[in-house]
Amino acid sequence: MKDIDETFRKIDATVPLREELRPRTVTTPDGQEITIEPLKDYFCEAAPKVHPKAYFQIVENFYNWARSNSLWILGFGTGCGAIEMRPLMTPRFDAYRYGVQWRPTPRQANLLIISGYLSVKTLKRAIRAYEQMQGPKYVIGLGSCTINGGMYWDSYNTIKRLDDYLPVDLYIAGCMPRPEALLHGFIELKKLIRAGKAEGTNRYAENFASYKAAQKSVIKDWDMPDYNW
Amino acid sequence: MSSFHWVQIPYALLTLFIVLNYGLIMTAVVQKIAARVGGRHGIPFWQNYIDLVKNFAQRSKITHGVMFYLGPVFRLAGGVGLLLFVPTIYGSTWAQNFSFAGDLVLALYFVFFGTLGMALGAGESGHPHAAIGVSRGLAQVTMAELPLALAVYAIAVQYHTLNITEIVAAQQGGLFHWTLFTNPLATVAAMFAFVGTMMRPPFDVVLAPQEIPIGPPTEYHSAYLALMQTNRAIFPVAKTVIYMNLFFGGASSWGEFAIKVFALYMVSAFIGVVHPRFRVEQSIRFFMKWGVPVGVLAILMV
Repeated sequence: MKDIDETFRKIDATVPLREELRPRTVTTPDGQEITIEPLKDYFCEAAPKVHPKAYFQIVENFYNWARSNSLWILGFGTGCGAIEMRPLMTPRFDAYRYGVQWRPTPRQANLLIISGYLSVKTLKRAIRAYEQMQGPKYVIGLGSCTINGGMYWDSYNTIKRLDDYLPVDLYIAGCMPRPEALLHGFIELKKLIRAGKAEGTNRYAENFASYKAAQKSVIKDWDMPDYNW
Repeated sequence: MSSFHWVQIPYALLTLFIVLNYGLIMTAVVQKIAARVGGRHGIPFWQNYIDLVKNFAQRSKITHGVMFYLGPVFRLAGGVGLLLFVPTIYGSTWAQNFSFAGDLVLALYFVFFGTLGMALGAGESGHPHAAIGVSRGLAQVTMAELPLALAVYAIAVQYHTLNITEIVAAQQGGLFHWTLFTNPLATVAAMFAFVGTMMRPPFDVVLAPQEIPIGPPTEYHSAYLALMQTNRAIFPVAKTVIYMNLFFGGASSWGEFAIKVFALYMVSAFIGVVHPRFRVEQSIRFFMKWGVPVGVLAILMV
């Protein structure tokens, strides 16, 4: 299956770096001359590491049980699926009773739900959000758009297979899946985590180069470091 | 009581253990009550334990520098220190902790200690939301503490002591010996400070989850966050213990402790669910207008 439009992929004209991100020399108020390089100064460029599991299997199982019962979702909605996530906080579905909570910052979240189609522009933000999360972290692809592009199959600016760009642990099929399907997805994800099969974080670190190559093949204006924590 | 015995250390740790578990369960129960108000089931009451284990079990963590490490440590030290220097159960031989003659002054200091540590740590994280949250927090907590300080002067004058145990002792002998009835103005002034520093809705602009997600702890994660969660369980209980001791007759058993702390905590929770959020300048003005005059009156009345 070909992802994105091949003609789009073949464009290799380099997009010039935005003005404010270029390295330059500035004079500070007290007359000092300093060189600043925004992409290096503000971010860390260290690649992600593969983190080993706990030494004892019983400890790892206990941790996995805790992780499965404390899924903190990053409140980041892409596409139309975001509207299906909101009812989960309401009395009708109430995902809180399953240990699912929403966190406002990627640092504290460990579950990223890509809720629908991802335009190339949004993919860039999704990658940054994913990389700022701390492992073990999980990705759920919600809706058929994340599986094969769905109704955006022949769109020129929308990715088709999310798994090429971020390590997906679980897909929830449908257009759109109802909140019940999402709840069922959480329960399936819990089973995966408890079985120790949700190791997307390490998969991402192991295949870092190929993930980056895939991401850069569609994101033409790559104006961030390769890895921003 | 003034002499130190080694056995006080395990006793104090036992108190800390009880308060930690009480705090973890109580905050979850309060969240559950709030959920029931909204017609939801809410989180299970053991959810805080699981979250704590999960955060300790996160495999990766990053740092922004030394103060970033120390921020949560200071915060926890503020909570633990506050608890350790306040007699938790009146008349108990082992839950006296390390209280001494001037412990009330030290307690006032420890109430603020965590906020200061957090300001340094969150400041180093470099996140703009953290900086905004910290500046709001320092302004608001400083202002909210003022009525408490005035109330503490009032009751120090009233009871001629700065020793919390003696203040509790003076309130024994029935409901109407409580400071609540002997000095209602000081109690009211202190309750302004209580509601103002509990980080619950009318005064939660510091965290403001929907606005500056989520203020000072924005960059904190994994084990750092777990330390802060631990403090989130201990600190409100320790603070409530001070109010309970100063104004509501203290507690002579763990059962009385559990009921009084829960009731006091629910005061701020109730006020929280029915009031929208104040901006910082609004809350500062509120404390200036209502809290401080009541505190000054309390001193004048004594």
